Amino acid sequence: MDSWINLSAVWRIVVVSLLVGAGLPALFALGIRGLAAEGRPVPGTSVSRATVLAFACFAIVLAAVGCGIAAIVAGL
Amino acid sequence: MSTVVLVLVVVTALAFDFTNGFHDTGNAMAASIATGALRPKVAVALSGLLNLAGAFLSLSVAATIANGLVETHLVTLTVVFAGLAGGILWNLATWVLGIPSSSSHALIGGVVGAAIAANGFHAVQWHGVVAKVIIPAVMSPALAILVAGLGTWGVYRLTRGVDDGQRRRGFRYGQIGTSSLLSLAHGSNDAQKTMGVITLALIANGTLHPGAQAPTWVIASCAVAISLGTYAGGWRIIRTMGHGLVEVDSPQGFAAEASSAATILLSTHFGYSLSTTHVVTGSILGTGVGRRGALVRWRVARRMVIAWLVTLPTAALVGVGAYALASSLGDDIGVLVDFVLLTVALVGLYVRSRRAPVTAMNVNDEWDEPATKNGEPRHPVPLAA
Repeated sequence: MDSWINLSAVWRIVVVSLLVGAGLPALFALGIRGLAAEGRPVPGTSVSRATVLAFACFAIVLAAVGCGIAAIVAGL
Repeated sequence: MSTVVLVLVVVTALAFDFTNGFHDTGNAMAASIATGALRPKVAVALSGLLNLAGAFLSLSVAATIANGLVETHLVTLTVVFAGLAGGILWNLATWVLGIPSSSSHALIGGVVGAAIAANGFHAVQWHGVVAKVIIPAVMSPALAILVAGLGTWGVYRLTRGVDDGQRRRGFRYGQIGTSSLLSLAHGSNDAQKTMGVITLALIANGTLHPGAQAPTWVIASCAVAISLGTYAGGWRIIRTMGHGLVEVDSPQGFAAEASSAATILLSTHFGYSLSTTHVVTGSILGTGVGRRGALVRWRVARRMVIAWLVTLPTAALVGVGAYALASSLGDDIGVLVDFVLLTVALVGLYVRSRRAPVTAMNVNDEWDEPATKNGEPRHPVPLAA
């Protein structure tokens, strides 16, 4: 069986694909929710906590995409 | 072998690369065009540019396409040519029918068929074909359905209560990013295949020594060919992927593209080179499964799966025929005759496609087959986006 299919690699692909492929969209969705939320601004600023969290989400997603591009450039 | 044959092989390989480009524009851009994240013309231009960039990113290209699939020392120029003929013909025929199918499978099928015709069944490394081509082809759409299904469910769950227009707008921005990433990945993956084929031909001809890397002119010409093909836009296929399978809204499109990009990049990283088409189609189906009330056309999906099953054998048959004809006439004249026949067939298919052209103008028109509603719809889903 092992010579036909590398089960340990397949498992890793499944788990990591689920984490990245479904997890990052979830983060992005949280970001959109945060932007849409009407919250009171953080004292001393004009932005709400939700907005800050939203941009944190977007930043993580962007960083992950950056890693993806770096991986392509590095030739994987 | 004469130089004429080598030139014909290179020209045919670049033509294949071009068909590879327009066959796969939809992989990266269909969902973005369907949801209005990008205007059709802008989408294909962006995708073309990123394919160009992606192709140049693949710096270390070797003649790997046939590695582990056929006995490479048995490969001659005529085998390469016949293989390309199989790939190109299949690509154009499926494009006329608007069916997304794997360009890599078409090419592999053609080469395998030609190798069998040249040297018999022992010329093929069957274990490699099953382990590297067939098993991944079965598993990758399943994985994509899973990832995109879960992603879609999560995205809708987490944005519940967010204003519809705001949500749609937000995910459209996201889609620009995800479809760009897919285009880049496509350029770096798929342009390499043709680079590998041309390098293989150059080695078979004795121009390059075995194990040589692709020369710069090969990399540059392949990059340009795939990029132009992408820009030409396989509108028929874009239409099927964006509207035929599932009527996609921007959160779904975003989830589908993210799932595709993640699956393709990660499996390449772990040593499996998957067909972009299989993954993307799986993701789009998944995004239909993961949303209550989504419109899914299982009939279109079935048609596609049938096309996938026959891709390898059909391209192989063309490869066998092209090789048999070429070698019976003598290699030089034979390849020339093949080339003329292939050109006639391609022109015929193109003329056939003009009877009902699909262009940037009508790519988003309503699909005229009934769709199955997935689960009980909470909100009525408009048919035409």
